[in-house]
Amino acid sequence: MALSTPESEPRLFSGGSGGLRTIVLCIGAIALMYLDNRNEHLADIRAMFGELLYPLQQAVDAPFAAGRWASDNMATRESLISDNAKLREQALRQSGQLQRMAALEAENARMRALLQSTARVGDAVVVAEIVTVDMDRLRHRVVINRGSSNGVAEGEALIDAQGVVGQIIRDRGTSSEALLITDPDHALPVEIVRNGLRTFAMGTGDLERLSLPFVARNADVKPGDLLVSSGLGGKFPAGYPVGTIIDVRGDTGEALLNVLAKPTASLDRVHEVLVVKPPPPAVATTPEEPPSAAAPAATEAAQ
Amino acid sequence: MSPLTLWGSLVGALALAIVPLTDLLEPLRPPWITMAIIYWTMVWPRLCGPLTAFVMGLALDLLYGSLLGQHALSLTIVSFITLWFHLQIRIFPLWQLTVTAFLLMIVDAFIVFWTDGIAGGPDLGLARWSQPIAGGLAWAPVMALLDNLRMRSENRSSRFL
Repeated sequence: MALSTPESEPRLFSGGSGGLRTIVLCIGAIALMYLDNRNEHLADIRAMFGELLYPLQQAVDAPFAAGRWASDNMATRESLISDNAKLREQALRQSGQLQRMAALEAENARMRALLQSTARVGDAVVVAEIVTVDMDRLRHRVVINRGSSNGVAEGEALIDAQGVVGQIIRDRGTSSEALLITDPDHALPVEIVRNGLRTFAMGTGDLERLSLPFVARNADVKPGDLLVSSGLGGKFPAGYPVGTIIDVRGDTGEALLNVLAKPTASLDRVHEVLVVKPPPPAVATTPEEPPSAAAPAATEAAQ
Repeated sequence: MSPLTLWGSLVGALALAIVPLTDLLEPLRPPWITMAIIYWTMVWPRLCGPLTAFVMGLALDLLYGSLLGQHALSLTIVSFITLWFHLQIRIFPLWQLTVTAFLLMIVDAFIVFWTDGIAGGPDLGLARWSQPIAGGLAWAPVMALLDNLRMRSENRSSRFL
């Protein structure tokens, strides 16, 4: 930098070769990382700048959106007719099931009233679309085109037609970031439909795999068992399908089973999702009745 | 020197960095932003330096949802090293330049790896290291493209000034 050719001449505010500036910037970056890792002071800043970058994400998504639009528009008459027929049949079948559902729901509410337990209410939903951009390399995060201005909030669950997709982790105003259930950082309280066994489903980093690391050796788990969200923890509404168990392996000498499940939602193809609002706080904060299994155990211990 | 060319190419690189790729191709995505920062710091050190790198790093952090400041730190350091040696690197033959750029991309990946380790980030496996390799392979064509952009903008500015 001693040679002061026009191009290598330092800029006005750089000290010499830019060393001082670099040190200041590095300290700034480290301070940002520290703050970001420790707490949520930066949430607003992230939201603001994330919103600034949203047009870029939309621009990247645009060709894909155009492709979807084109394939929607160029669908032939025959395929539209057959699609329509299929959908009508599906709607008929589902409305048939729903008729029973209304009666069952009423019956459920009456029985819960008898048990003096709170009634579950239907969940409110917002329809959202996933913006086609890649986020951090192999982490499973997506951007959706709804934010707090559309009545969506952090912590709410995403589902598609088949099951749970993920949850919103960062709200940016008109868009938000969501974590898929297969992200290695994600854990979801689930229960097995067949016997009500409660455990956690953790992401593995593979879109086709969930892992259940906390299942005891003697637990009753079989391949084919359906997992649904248990609603414990208060974030995910209860009762949505999460995955199907595909593999149960236990090495002798280990206390826990090695259980793998496959998500029911098609996470690699999902495009439209529903954001499910959590149940109203009055319902969510009602303490669960003490598990009945604990009570006999306690009395036995007393005897 | 034209800020328009610089920022245009940087925004283009940002877009390429978030274009969805299949799981198979994802580990082969070259680190576009790092490559653009290395190139512009080398040829236009008055216009592009650690500050530009810092800003692009922050943008990348926001787009990737990674820890805010992670890529900002790595790109600032990469840009600084490039700035320090830019007079030497500039006159390298292409193969030496490719090796240098590859090493700088490894430095960049290593700093991200290191901060991920400290902050408890995810284990990305080999993808982390295959991306700089893809970047090294893509360096020659990318540099040809950016050289072309630079020549045009320099001709234009000399014509109009």
